[in-house]
Amino acid sequence: MNYTLPQIASQVRRDIVRMVTAAASGHPGGSMSATDVLTYLFFKEMNVTPENWCRSGEGIDQFFLSAGHISPVLYSLLARRGYFPVAELATFRRFGSRLQGHPSVDKGLPGVNQAAGSLGQGLSVAIGAALAKKLSGDPNTVYVLIGDGESEEGQIWEAAMSAAHYKVDNLIAMTDWNHQQIDGTTEDVAGLGDLRAKWEAFGWTVIEADGHDFTAIEQGFAEANRRKGLGRPVMILWHTEMGHGVDFMAGTCKWHGKNPSADQCAEAMKQLEETMGDFAL
Amino acid sequence: MKEFVDTGKKDTRSGFGAGLAELGNTNPKVLALTADLKGSLKMDQFAAEHPERFFEVGIAEANMVGMAAGMAIAGYIPFIGTFANFASARVLDQIRQSVCYSQTNVKIAASHAGITLGEDGATHQTLEDMGLMRMLPGMVVINPCDYNQTKAATIAAAAWDGPVYLRFGRPGVPNFTPADQTFEIGKAIKLNDGADVTVFATGHLVWEAIQAARILEEKGVGVDLIDIATIKPLDKEAVIASARKTGKVVVAEEHLVAGGLGEEIAGVLAAACPTPMRFVAIDDKFGQSGKPAELMAAYGLDAAHIVEAALSF
Repeated sequence: MNYTLPQIASQVRRDIVRMVTAAASGHPGGSMSATDVLTYLFFKEMNVTPENWCRSGEGIDQFFLSAGHISPVLYSLLARRGYFPVAELATFRRFGSRLQGHPSVDKGLPGVNQAAGSLGQGLSVAIGAALAKKLSGDPNTVYVLIGDGESEEGQIWEAAMSAAHYKVDNLIAMTDWNHQQIDGTTEDVAGLGDLRAKWEAFGWTVIEADGHDFTAIEQGFAEANRRKGLGRPVMILWHTEMGHGVDFMAGTCKWHGKNPSADQCAEAMKQLEETMGDFAL
Repeated sequence: MKEFVDTGKKDTRSGFGAGLAELGNTNPKVLALTADLKGSLKMDQFAAEHPERFFEVGIAEANMVGMAAGMAIAGYIPFIGTFANFASARVLDQIRQSVCYSQTNVKIAASHAGITLGEDGATHQTLEDMGLMRMLPGMVVINPCDYNQTKAATIAAAAWDGPVYLRFGRPGVPNFTPADQTFEIGKAIKLNDGADVTVFATGHLVWEAIQAARILEEKGVGVDLIDIATIKPLDKEAVIASARKTGKVVVAEEHLVAGGLGEEIAGVLAAACPTPMRFVAIDDKFGQSGKPAELMAAYGLDAAHIVEAALSF
């Protein structure tokens, strides 16, 4: 059966809330702000299937999640896309699970290229992977998602400088600009400021789009693809909302790394349509 | 005791540069990255011969580690080169997550290690790096003793499937190991058989240990002398066998006692055959500016101190 992107995204948000509720830990807020963009990425944008995925990325598009704490959205999408059984989502954060609290490669979960969790590292890794594609003549694209709060890490700006210096124009980097982090808003915590101006000053092509409107997401990726291959790395700043999709979780830092109670989970389920069938708990 | 001939002083970093240059011509998967220290790391020849496989990353070591991890995921064998302090302590978390935990095949070339870095002083004289690196699961730590061994170890590191921390130094030191050697990772190298005391040495201290062994033999003390070029994985069998034979162990290294080879060997021997030990290493101190030889003597890292330790049981 074919599902629409909003139907998939609704199921992914259900998965996220149910996973963190069952695990009594995890990071729902940023997972839900990134859900729509990553749903589009996995189901429409990337040239990769569960069948031809390989960690080396040879001959396929590659995705790196740098903000590893939003592992629930990654795991749900990989499962819903067919990388591993949906039933495995029930093992999230359990002892022995391939679905570690933050993504890892040591347990062999298909679709994961690199461990992430300690922030600020994934952009550098993606730049290395993109340069490797250029070296080997692979015309495919490398995608990476970083958090807005994550952009407070110094390594992000080391990487930003390097990508422009090396004209890494087969890379589409994305920021989930939901304006929230653990201790408050990104403005209150660290004065994140004008991300567009910052990335442009570092020599990047910057695109901004609504990260919750699938038409805008499609246009954002289309624009990014037009800007590839022109000698500059591309950054899409996705305007999003933390906890998007559930009214009491939306727009606040409170749900960055907190699990809902059973009652709150039940309330969230009323707001998110079950489309593809929940995994069994 | 066997003669060890110094064929002329050469720096170990040039051994790395020569090994890298050879790899450039023999293995198209080998890449090299540096953080503004191409000349210091002796990467010039590789860079000149293979400009498309050489990446000047600038003074951004964390980013360099990440980029190398991405290249390794794609199947390349990147060597990242910088001073040992910036190749270890400065980027410990990047190495931990992006390299070791992610099981990426990154080779870390750490030059100017230890107190023999000399005049630059304590900011640059890392004495903690072997400890930091050997704590990381899956990391191989190699500390070769001269130019020839460093060159061979560089070639062996490229052939090893997994992360390697290759530590070497700045000053010219005696070059005395065979030019045509094959370096075996994880294998201790027996330099002399003796029955009275064991000396395990690594890096620049191996030559000092050879001088010490000569002096001790003249005094009638037979030295079982072993070059521990691979700090991790440690050749436990060789370590235990020698300790059992002599019952007295000296460990000499250009590193802090904390986290060093001595502690590593002590851990092995404590479990397998508790043996009295002496540590020729630096105890809980930073270095300072000075000439390499002067610093080695002042910090107790020379032949005289090894002799003293061996006679102190």
